[in-house]
Amino acid sequence: MTATSALARGGAQSSADGVPGARRRWGLPFSPWHLVLLPATLVLIFPFIWLLVTSVETPSEALHFPPVLLPHVLQFSNYPDAFNSAPFGRFFVNSAVVAVVTVLCNLVFCSLAGYAFARFRFLGRAALFVVIMATLMVPFQVTMIPQFIITKWLGVHVLGAVGIDHIGALILPNAATAFGIFFLRQFFRTLPLEYEESARVDGASRLTVLWRIVLPLATPALATLAALTFLDSWNNFLWPLIAITSTNQMTLPLGLATFQGAHSTEWTLLMAGNVMSLVPMLAIFFLAQRYFIRSVAATGLAGT
Amino acid sequence: MAVPDALLRPGRPRRPGPVGRGIRPSGGGAARRRVVASEQFAGWAFVTPGVVIILLFGAVPIVWSALMSFQRSNLLSPSTPFVGLKNYRQMVHDPVVGQAIQHTLVYTVLFVPGTMIVGLFLAVAMNRKIRFINFYRTAAYATMAISTISEAIVFIWLFDPSYGIVNYALSRVGVPPQQFLNSPSEALYVIVAMTIWGWTGFAVVIYLAALQGVPQMLMEAAAIDGAGHWQTFRRVVLPLLSPASLFLAVWLTINALQLFDEVYLSTQGGPLNATTVLVYYLYDQAFQNFNFGYASAIAYFLFLIILVVTAIQFRVGRRFTHYRS
Repeated sequence: MTATSALARGGAQSSADGVPGARRRWGLPFSPWHLVLLPATLVLIFPFIWLLVTSVETPSEALHFPPVLLPHVLQFSNYPDAFNSAPFGRFFVNSAVVAVVTVLCNLVFCSLAGYAFARFRFLGRAALFVVIMATLMVPFQVTMIPQFIITKWLGVHVLGAVGIDHIGALILPNAATAFGIFFLRQFFRTLPLEYEESARVDGASRLTVLWRIVLPLATPALATLAALTFLDSWNNFLWPLIAITSTNQMTLPLGLATFQGAHSTEWTLLMAGNVMSLVPMLAIFFLAQRYFIRSVAATGLAGT
Repeated sequence: MAVPDALLRPGRPRRPGPVGRGIRPSGGGAARRRVVASEQFAGWAFVTPGVVIILLFGAVPIVWSALMSFQRSNLLSPSTPFVGLKNYRQMVHDPVVGQAIQHTLVYTVLFVPGTMIVGLFLAVAMNRKIRFINFYRTAAYATMAISTISEAIVFIWLFDPSYGIVNYALSRVGVPPQQFLNSPSEALYVIVAMTIWGWTGFAVVIYLAALQGVPQMLMEAAAIDGAGHWQTFRRVVLPLLSPASLFLAVWLTINALQLFDEVYLSTQGGPLNATTVLVYYLYDQAFQNFNFGYASAIAYFLFLIILVVTAIQFRVGRRFTHYRS
């Protein structure tokens, strides 16, 4: 049995056509694909399971060979212990603030710019657009050193809250992205012009047209941009590592990495801290799974 | 993309314009000119916030680091004299750069096909309506929600030489305990394994979306023509997936060449530089040794590698990619 037979039956859509051929041929009471998928899934989720198991073991159980697969007593006190040895609550709040504000800024700034690039004719539009597209190609490593110097300068001379060692430094450089502007511009260009024109004739301002007509039509694109920006911001590590040194300004990945550096052999504490760091994102991901999946798939389909 | 728009020059309002994207209520010449002026203003007002941020943190740094790569720039002395190609020459003679290039390429060559094969296999298996399919799919997707740091910490523990469960599993099948991340000959492969795990969800999503776009008709036609399951997959499905494969190959390669987080957390480039990849060495030079000039040269070299590799992938890929019209 190979991949295509099930695809030929209708792929993900149909299966209600009685007992599928493969099942009959193999004489199994279930689809033989379970024999592939169940072990594969176990391998995929095993790191999660082992993480959870270790997080409720005692240190002596964790540092035991052969490993203790089922802890004798559930040592839940690892969680408060981890919470007391590093401010995970603070890390979480910082991550959440940075991610949410970055998403909101991107939605506003990229909508405005994307709409102008899609619809308005103004002097320098083509040149400006080319420059923005050029920045899209360049990897972060090329820009990170000057970005560090600029951020440091801004913090000293303009506004401390966006300077080095403030979470503002994690928001401002990512508050608008070339990808966001390009992505929304492409989407706006596919919208029919008639609604906008008639609203203009009726006396609506350009901002009103964008807010009342274009953005409601662009909800799927905005949701995609929001989901991708959120994931990027939440998981970003290199820039916070460079820009932040104080514990109380750290985001979850940086805080967790620092915690690991300080407790590298206290595995039970480390795993409890790790669980606390990944549960919020996992929860958000499951709640909004449809949006995240659709957004990631959209980047792939856009590339094809 | 941007080219046709360049034809629509403002300041020549009478020109009809081939695309006509702007909003132009009909009216006399004077009214039209006023509209165009307000469109100029609106255009600049709308793009300014976003463009300022991208220029300040994107465009300016690109030029700046290019200049810096020709300067002796470190935090020790305030002056940054131009030194010509000295940084680039230093790179050629730096043995660690050679090692870093080698490790980066070995990592990429293993990680990219590995992730694509795992992703394709799982996506094909998951592209059907059977019981628990949502559980299987969610388990794969969940790897996307894990940060690289969480992922690295779990894998360090799984592969711990003394107490790790992987060594325990190996001991059950008679393999002696391995040093894994502590071993110069094994550390890079452990990092390959952990990053493939971390990217599985992404690859599955891309391939599942592409698989669901494969038209039923073609498969039925192949079956009628007498093609077996494997032949249909090889000759019909795989070619139809080629745009998704090209996208994944390019995307994963760009990310692989920029590997950093897992190395920083698990090995710090060690043991004996065995996992020093380009970005790790760049970070080390820039933010541990504060050799900004030298680090900028390495960064531009990395950029060049990414450009060349991506260009080759597109050139070669185009020959094997079938786009449906």
